[in-house]
Amino acid sequence: MSDEVRMGDAADQPQAFVLSDENREKAQAMISLFPEGRQASAVLPILDLAQRQNDGWLPRVALDYVAELLGIPRIQVYEVATFYSMLNLAPVGRHHVQVCTNLSCWLRGSDDVLTACKNVLGIEPGETTDDGLFTLSEAECLGACVNAPMMQIGDDYYEDLDAGSAQAVLTALTEGKTPEPGPQNGRKGCEPAGKLTSLTDKPAKARRKKAPATPVEKGGA
Amino acid sequence: MPKLTVNGREIEVEQGLTVLQACEQAGVEIPRFCYHERLSIAGNCRMCLVAMERSPKPIASCAMPAADGMVIHTDTPEVQKARKGVMEFLLINHPLDCPICDQGGECDLQDQAMGYGPDHSRFHENKRAVPEKYMGPLIKTFMTRCIHCTRCIRFATEVAGVPELGATGRGEHVEVGTYVGKALSSELSGNLIDLCPVGALTSAPYAFHARSWELRKTESVDVMDAVGSNIRVDARGLEVLRVLPRTNDEVNEEWISDKTRFACDGLRRQRLDRPYVRCDGKLHPATWSEAFAAIADRLRGVDGVRVAALAGDSADAESMFALKGLMASLGSPNRDCRQDGAKLEAGVRASYLFNTTIAGIERADACLLIGTNPRREATVLNARLRKRHLAGGFPIGLIGEAADLTYAYQHLGAGPETLAELVAGRHPFADTLDKAETPMLILGMGALARADGAAVLFAARRLAEQCGLVDPDHAWNGFNVLQMAAARVGGLDLGFVPADGGRDTEAILDGAGKGEIEVVYLLGADEIDTGRLGEAFVIYQGHHGDAGAMRADVVLPGGAYTEKHGTYVNTEGRPQIGRPAVSPPGDAREDWTIIRALSAALGCALPFDELASLRAAIEEAHPVFARIDEATPANWAAFGRDAETGVDPFASPVANYYMTDPISRASATMAQCTATFVSGADTKTGTHG
Repeated sequence: MSDEVRMGDAADQPQAFVLSDENREKAQAMISLFPEGRQASAVLPILDLAQRQNDGWLPRVALDYVAELLGIPRIQVYEVATFYSMLNLAPVGRHHVQVCTNLSCWLRGSDDVLTACKNVLGIEPGETTDDGLFTLSEAECLGACVNAPMMQIGDDYYEDLDAGSAQAVLTALTEGKTPEPGPQNGRKGCEPAGKLTSLTDKPAKARRKKAPATPVEKGGA
Repeated sequence: MPKLTVNGREIEVEQGLTVLQACEQAGVEIPRFCYHERLSIAGNCRMCLVAMERSPKPIASCAMPAADGMVIHTDTPEVQKARKGVMEFLLINHPLDCPICDQGGECDLQDQAMGYGPDHSRFHENKRAVPEKYMGPLIKTFMTRCIHCTRCIRFATEVAGVPELGATGRGEHVEVGTYVGKALSSELSGNLIDLCPVGALTSAPYAFHARSWELRKTESVDVMDAVGSNIRVDARGLEVLRVLPRTNDEVNEEWISDKTRFACDGLRRQRLDRPYVRCDGKLHPATWSEAFAAIADRLRGVDGVRVAALAGDSADAESMFALKGLMASLGSPNRDCRQDGAKLEAGVRASYLFNTTIAGIERADACLLIGTNPRREATVLNARLRKRHLAGGFPIGLIGEAADLTYAYQHLGAGPETLAELVAGRHPFADTLDKAETPMLILGMGALARADGAAVLFAARRLAEQCGLVDPDHAWNGFNVLQMAAARVGGLDLGFVPADGGRDTEAILDGAGKGEIEVVYLLGADEIDTGRLGEAFVIYQGHHGDAGAMRADVVLPGGAYTEKHGTYVNTEGRPQIGRPAVSPPGDAREDWTIIRALSAALGCALPFDELASLRAAIEEAHPVFARIDEATPANWAAFGRDAETGVDPFASPVANYYMTDPISRASATMAQCTATFVSGADTKTGTHG
């Protein structure tokens, strides 16, 4: 992946970028959290602010603006911005659909989820629909393995997916509705998918002398 | 001091060393890619893994501080396996194209793969390919070969002070580059080529010209500026192919500037390879005897006071000494080695030296720059100032042109009036200097090569004395003149300045214009206004067809610094010896031998026939030349002239860093750099291929 690709077409790049007054205040608050001389540490939250202000992506002028705001070399901001997949350097659709295809999700059927997304949206990963509504990406582990397979759309996690539920979520978004985030199979949070398989005995009473250790049950959910 | 055991041998090392350094002290070699003793520690190549007892895993020795009681093994099967594994991973995406790689034969990866790697590849998948990056006209990139050691990034950020390189992307997609396709705007960028342990960053002008084992290596000294960087000249046949740095912690550490490194292609262009004599307004090729006869004819019956000599900026001490002797036997008191008219005095050695010494900068705790842009005038010395700046507690003030020096400084003012305020104690920076233990000032040619130079020199001396810059009790002398010409200190040491009643550069040019000077001998002096030489008979001895040769009536072809034995005294007053890497082209000869031969043709043969006797004569007359490679401290005395200073702001005499002398002006590489960096087309456009 060359920098030219990640940076988006030159045609998309705006000429100037400044944080809005409100965001600048927020940025200053973030900078003030760090001790003198360590302002560079605020680079991630400020990049996120800038991205939110700019329809979900960071043009080069925004990176330069953040570098100047923090008084750090531009290349340092470029390094950070290219490192994190949460920061987009090319325009994205209104809904950025990131399907996790890392190990846990893959074992639990992320291939089906991704295929369903491709079919519904009619695009390949890395592409944006013509109406500018959706961008589809493959993502590495997003830290929700317990509810695998999952995808992230905007700031929301849609979990415990299969082809059908993924399709339903995307269809709802297409119709302008906001589907309920979280597990899509009726599970509550990340509680056991079936019945409890551990911690089933009564909690030991306080102050009671420690019982001899019982072997821990292997397996689980 | 921690005591540790390396391969069964107990050694005691200094506090603060790493395990890798401790192993080196114990005489054990540790392979490494990312570790470099002059850069910060990255610890990302993992090649330096060693086994430490009571550690469950091998440790990265470059990043592990040596501690008391450590037991290190570097030759166990476990370590060998770890190295082999790391090497195998490094080679997964590294192309095995050594036969077509310019680094082949002098490649760390190649050598270490031979020493520590597996004997064959087990990787059958596709290797990744990385697009080339644009890094300007000096550095050729093959980013597919990059192993992400980040040495170049650290060098650019730390030493060069241009944080423009970075590693973008992550994981398998990491790429080293500037991200926006910009040439690296540093005068030290060539060092990236030496630092790169693989063939990712290679020299663009030298690309595919030679293999390292074909080259004849000669240790020499650079003459592009007055730093006297130690260099190694690599030549094949009659051609100098490249110039590399030699390590000398006293002078250039292990860096050289881009002009030092890349101007060597100028040695092949516009050379004077035979004598010329002007007849009917045109220069005609001649033999040596014809040229000498023409000079003898013209000098016959001319009074010595109507003859003058000017020495150029890269003249060696031997030829200046010989020319001084020749002028003396002709009865001429008119000679000068300060062709820019700098108001330097030959009498007091401390008045024209960088007394602090370059290594001494690291002991200073405050610095005042006066009329100098060290980044352009002495790039490697500027890197030392930056190194001191990074260590902290080093306030820097600047009087003169504000410019990006790669470190922060306080801009105090533009001209002599600010210096006068400091001398009068009215400026707050005078307090800073006063309070500092080891303050220093650096006086540049921008402040001295002007009409009021002597008065500026005087003011600087007063400031130095008032603020305690000169402290002989503590062996500290913070008064420094930053010379720009490699020949200058040598010339002043040799007394190549007007004798009693003699004329200096300005008066010589003036006299030549008025017809009072009939014969002018230019020893490689090209930085003068040759239009002012009037009707004078000009003898030009030098190596390039530059300004001087254009105006000359007789041209005597000499050798460039890579073609002759020569002693050069750097700005610290350190005499260093340059050696010939190739012979001079055509009929050209070593400069001092030309002057010796001419003296015989004029009937006043100089009393030396060989280099050894010439050097012995120099050492006898000027004992400082006997102490080769040593910066002899100079005694403090009064100098300068108490006079009114002017009002013009100080301006650095170097407008274009890449072209300052006949060699760099003839260099195509330097012309490219000028186009890229000075004329300002430093971004790559779609038409650059």
